[in-house]
Amino acid sequence: MSTSITARGRALRLVYVYVAAAAAVIALAAVLLSFSGFSVANAADAAWRGAFGSADAVLSSTLVRSIPFMLLGTAVALAFRVGVFNIGGDGQFLIGAALATSVALAPWSMPGWVHLILALGAGAAGGALWGLIPALLRRRWGVFEVLSTLMMNFVAVHVISYLVRGPLQEPTRIYPQSSTFAEGVRLPSVLDGTRLHVGIYLAIVICVLGWIWLFSRESGLRARLTGANPIAAESAGRIDTARTSFRVFIVSAALCGLAGSVEVLGVTFALYENLSPGYGFVGVAVALLAALHPLGVLASAVVLAAIDAGAGAMQRDAGIPSVTAWAVQALLVLAVLAGRALVNRARAQDVPRTPVTA
Amino acid sequence: MAVPLRTDGAVAGAEAPLELRGISKQFGHVVALDRADFVLRAGTVHALLGENGAGKTSLMRIAYGMVQPDSGSLRIDGRERRLRSPREALRHRIAMVHQHFSLLPRLTAVENFALGGAGRFDRGQETERLMRYAEQLGLFIDPDTRPADMSAAEQQQLEIAKALGRECRVLILDEPAAVLSPAHADALLQQIRALADAGASVALITHKIQDARAVADDVTVLRKGRTVVTGIMSSMDDQTLFAAMLGESSSEGARSDRRIAAVQTAPILAAIRALTSEDPRTHERLRDVSLEIHRGEIVGIAGLEGSGHRLLLRVLAGRHGVLSDAISLPQDIGFIPEDREREAVVADFDLRHNVALKDAADRRGWIPWRQWTERTRALMTEYDVRATSPRASMRTLSGGNQQKLVLARELSANPSLIVAENPTRGLDLRAAGAIRERLRTARSNGAGVVFYSTDLDELASEADRIYVAYAGRVRLCALSREAIGRAMVGAQ
Repeated sequence: MSTSITARGRALRLVYVYVAAAAAVIALAAVLLSFSGFSVANAADAAWRGAFGSADAVLSSTLVRSIPFMLLGTAVALAFRVGVFNIGGDGQFLIGAALATSVALAPWSMPGWVHLILALGAGAAGGALWGLIPALLRRRWGVFEVLSTLMMNFVAVHVISYLVRGPLQEPTRIYPQSSTFAEGVRLPSVLDGTRLHVGIYLAIVICVLGWIWLFSRESGLRARLTGANPIAAESAGRIDTARTSFRVFIVSAALCGLAGSVEVLGVTFALYENLSPGYGFVGVAVALLAALHPLGVLASAVVLAAIDAGAGAMQRDAGIPSVTAWAVQALLVLAVLAGRALVNRARAQDVPRTPVTA
Repeated sequence: MAVPLRTDGAVAGAEAPLELRGISKQFGHVVALDRADFVLRAGTVHALLGENGAGKTSLMRIAYGMVQPDSGSLRIDGRERRLRSPREALRHRIAMVHQHFSLLPRLTAVENFALGGAGRFDRGQETERLMRYAEQLGLFIDPDTRPADMSAAEQQQLEIAKALGRECRVLILDEPAAVLSPAHADALLQQIRALADAGASVALITHKIQDARAVADDVTVLRKGRTVVTGIMSSMDDQTLFAAMLGESSSEGARSDRRIAAVQTAPILAAIRALTSEDPRTHERLRDVSLEIHRGEIVGIAGLEGSGHRLLLRVLAGRHGVLSDAISLPQDIGFIPEDREREAVVADFDLRHNVALKDAADRRGWIPWRQWTERTRALMTEYDVRATSPRASMRTLSGGNQQKLVLARELSANPSLIVAENPTRGLDLRAAGAIRERLRTARSNGAGVVFYSTDLDELASEADRIYVAYAGRVRLCALSREAIGRAMVGAQ
């Protein structure tokens, strides 16, 4: 069939794009490092060891980091698909973490797993609540969510600052952070002796559910139609696009909040300032790198987490600033987006808009 | 059928501002152009005639640098050139106005006008320039409105003003009259004539022989990517051109069998009583409008831009948000809007998605994709939609095939009311005939059909009754082109 050939050809071209983008970024990073006077060989060695070099690097470093990336990436992918540019993942993540912390620290006597589930639920609710404000502003008054969600990030940072110096501060009142959670309300690890916790299962399940919902459920179809052409969705599909995008907005925010709760319950076991080094924006990068596909998010989250982990090791072992990771991540996303645009443009040239067979 | 092929003599001028020779272009397996010739003489209007898919647009896109030919030569003022992009074409002062507009909907008219220019953007100066060109065209363009809030006619006018603003010598217009009401279309043709008289050279893509006749000096007919006829307009009779466009079988579609009575006794399907309403976005309004649609009739609607017909059609299609006692409509309505890409399809998605788009709001649960594929395949066969598969992207279909799919989607459920807004716009004779036939069949099956068209002859021949909208009011009108034309401009 000619269709399968073209589909395979398209997939193949995308593979080329990703491979070429990765190669270009690695080359560029090498050039930048050598210009800055670092040894490229040492840096590469450190990065590899930090990200993939040992079982511990993979399990405790790369995969642990990929968990929030998966959740935030799925959240952003779903929102972007419906045409909502939620770049407030950071704020929703922080408020989710704060609510999860307050539930986790509550002196309730109940089985640990019930307490954990409540804390995770509180995280999702916190994110949803933080997303509710820009979602309502958008729905009622058409306030552009790129601005409102971005602003809400800054508010959230200050809310956390207040909480860790006020209501949620640890009892000695010395450090700007919360108490550490009891053993029972921590996400158990997947393998003893590693930091990899069961949040990885949750994140993978969320990605898969997002994929199934988007492509196999009628409500997912409505979301995609709304994002691709809201006017046709409304006219031909009779879809209430305002309601559809509002709901997906809230779900996206809830997933960001869930990511925050998974981070405090699985990794830090406490709330403190700078909990998120810009995770919300990494979520955007993860989603874009994955072409807004929830299954692609699984892969791109691991890739970007590996870059993070590798950069950490480069800082420790080769003295290279870890912000390099940000530059490399950004370059990778840009290179892939540019590559995809080129492929699409080439395809648009191939395709007759008014073929002779009409 | 033998049609004299004339590429010599009067048409070929040594100093032609634009000369395309032996142009071939293949898109994938589809041959769009096969050694096509087109020579535009200085200071003339040259009509490029042909059915949909004949290659008219492709050929002109090559002249505009948007598409690269596989072979053939392009000369500007007698010198061989390669145009690798529209930017290069503009540098040679060749501009093109597309059938689907390329305006940025969120910028104002004057910003769109100035876009692509060089140097600093001087709003005052650009506004002045825009107004000057608008005046030259005999148009009114509000420099501060945005295309998103403009009618198709206004957008078209802005596009032309924009092309003129580039100080082009060669202006290519792709079906410019397709979106215009007759009065606007006539004005546009006059304007095109005036531009040529002032020294510009205009290539006019059209499939209407009348339009070509009204304005063109020269004519070229393309069929299946080949130049079948080219020469001076006045030397060709309509029969020759018609035969050249259609090829061997050149019978026009069967005339409709008009029924006059019987309809009034049929049950009322939809009714509007004393409705006054305004569209908050376009400010189009309806004033004290009453009308009824019966089962088994085709009700024609006519109206100029801004007369209220757009709003009326959306009210009848149940697409206008207001719920009012003044409106009673059936549950099942098929709606074929004029601006297909905007309102009826999702161009980035495949055919299955576009079939599933209809009434997507009403379904729950899992999507039965296999059923949608089967259904799409069935609709493609029944309505002769030419596409590689149900999974082909909507974007890869020609306008006619997209329209057929929309029609298939909207009519296949046998809705009791069908609202069709210029459904044959921009389609070739056969495709348009097929669509009219579908609407007639729906009527004989007892559906009520509301049919808006800018082609008054089409309207008068298809409709059982005609309402004309003017300044928000709607009146019944006699079934003749002249009567409709008078009513559209408010004459009694």
